[in-house]
Amino acid sequence: MNDRSLLRPSDAMRVALVGLKTRTTRALLSALGITIGIASMVAVLGLSESSKSDLIASLDRLGTNLLVVQAGGGIGFGSGTLVETAEAMVSRIGPVESVAAVGSVEANVFRTDLVPTTRSGGLSVKVASPTLLDTLGGSMAEGRFLDDSGSALPVVVVGSVAADRLGIAGFDGSAMLWVEDRWFGVLGVMDSLELAGDLDRSVLMTEATATTIFGYQGIPESLYIRSQPEFIDSVIEVLPATADPENPDQVQVARPTDALEARAAAEGAFTALFLGLGLVALLVGGVGVANVMVISVLERRGEIGLRRALGATRRHVAIQFLGEALILATIGGIAGVALGVGVTAAYSALRGWTTLVPAIAIWGGLGASLLIGAIAGLYPARRAARMAPTEALRSA
Amino acid sequence: MTDLVLSTESLEKSYPGTPPVRALRGVDLMVEAGEAVAIVGPSGSGKSTLLHLMGTLDRPSAGSISVAGREVQDLTDSELSAVRANHIGFVFQQFHLLSGYSARDNIADGVLYRGIELNERREMADRALELVNLQDRAGHLAEKLSGGERQRVAVARAIVGRPDIILADEPTGNLDSKSSAAVIDLLRDLNEGGITLVVITHDLEVAGKFPRMVQLRDGRIISDRRAA
Repeated sequence: MNDRSLLRPSDAMRVALVGLKTRTTRALLSALGITIGIASMVAVLGLSESSKSDLIASLDRLGTNLLVVQAGGGIGFGSGTLVETAEAMVSRIGPVESVAAVGSVEANVFRTDLVPTTRSGGLSVKVASPTLLDTLGGSMAEGRFLDDSGSALPVVVVGSVAADRLGIAGFDGSAMLWVEDRWFGVLGVMDSLELAGDLDRSVLMTEATATTIFGYQGIPESLYIRSQPEFIDSVIEVLPATADPENPDQVQVARPTDALEARAAAEGAFTALFLGLGLVALLVGGVGVANVMVISVLERRGEIGLRRALGATRRHVAIQFLGEALILATIGGIAGVALGVGVTAAYSALRGWTTLVPAIAIWGGLGASLLIGAIAGLYPARRAARMAPTEALRSA
Repeated sequence: MTDLVLSTESLEKSYPGTPPVRALRGVDLMVEAGEAVAIVGPSGSGKSTLLHLMGTLDRPSAGSISVAGREVQDLTDSELSAVRANHIGFVFQQFHLLSGYSARDNIADGVLYRGIELNERREMADRALELVNLQDRAGHLAEKLSGGERQRVAVARAIVGRPDIILADEPTGNLDSKSSAAVIDLLRDLNEGGITLVVITHDLEVAGKFPRMVQLRDGRIISDRRAA
């Protein structure tokens, strides 16, 4: 006769569930620690991915081939202006697709002529080329942009912030604004310009209008340039000397999308930090499971003794407690992944992002919880397995 | 003597200490198939130690034990587990039922470590429930049963796999006199049905209800009487 002590895999599973069934609340609370750890890690990865995808989508939409040329103002350099010919010169650079010049007019803009002149609302009046909207990839919320008819009519186009402050958001085509000392008609209101936020706080008029009414000299402050993407570095190189041949070192060339790219990189750095915090939470969760399992082993000495008496080997007892820790960790891990994905989806919806959770976050999360469960279960399982049957039965 | 189920020879057990505690000092005991033996003695007489050794839950310091024809003192821990899973049934004073589980599932656990499928174990449990007359309690949770019922479930768990021998450690220790009498009657009935039984008790009156009574004192057998 060859006697064996044998525990079927399905029974091992049932036995591992005994602790969960008889002490449900405590078991679930101990799993909660793992849930929080996993959820925070999944959410950090998901949110970082979703926001990054949003930034990348913005970059794709805005194009990384926009350049801004500005005169470097400051002490000893006079006012920050370029030379009159800058726009025409820059437009002759081969790979440049479009150029738009923006200049300034010393004027204030008000909703009506009754507003005291000191309350200018921080808005500025600017002169813009008709190509500006297309060069910036912007769009109109209402009405139309400045055209190149060369007419000097007293009309303006209003930036999105300026429209809010002036109270003409619900523009119906008939609004008038008081610019310095006369009424101007409003041609249209622009949507917010992501790459030129200062223009959102401006009202824009054509060069002809500015020259006729305000004596504008035609000297721009800045140029917005769209270049063929593959030549952008060469364009950046020749821009200063082209825009102001006499003082090329006074010319600043910037690429507005650099700021967005820097933001993506900065968020990446925070991701690592939060991921680290999530890992700490997960480890604390694992310690919680180990702690509860150790207590459980002490409380269940009677059951351990009984199982040894029924013929369980030490291995069977170890499998039971290790299995229980793994089940707790798996429950915690699944709940954590679900919670993390939920948080990511909710926050992404709030921010208008596409919800993206990397597969590595989900599988990694489940894997990490199993690993933590195994480590947390190892010591209690060994302790249970090493308990002498007689002692287990006696102390119960 | 082919029908010898359990035998011990010069069995000794000491526990470390200064001086060492000699719980058993040479016990020779033979239990034949179909016997019902009560081992009685005061507290500290070594009866629990003897039960643990006979049940292969502990190892002797000297001497030998044979269970179901197998010398067990030199077996490995997992071989001893196999002996318990296949040949020995236990009944404990504290019942040791799993709360949250039905009477049937508690009984089915009696053959859990033989690798028998759950459905078959439950069928075996139902037959054992009939033997202890608790068919109507099959689905009741362990914690909903009375003390007497719990011990009858524990007895059913011990006999469910038809082991060669049942070892009962103070089976009436936690019961009132009425339940206690019922459990003893049950054990005697099962013995008459062919089950070999060793009952440990400190109670002479309980011991007197079994056909053979072995008296233990200071780790030695001082009398071994069979009823006429």
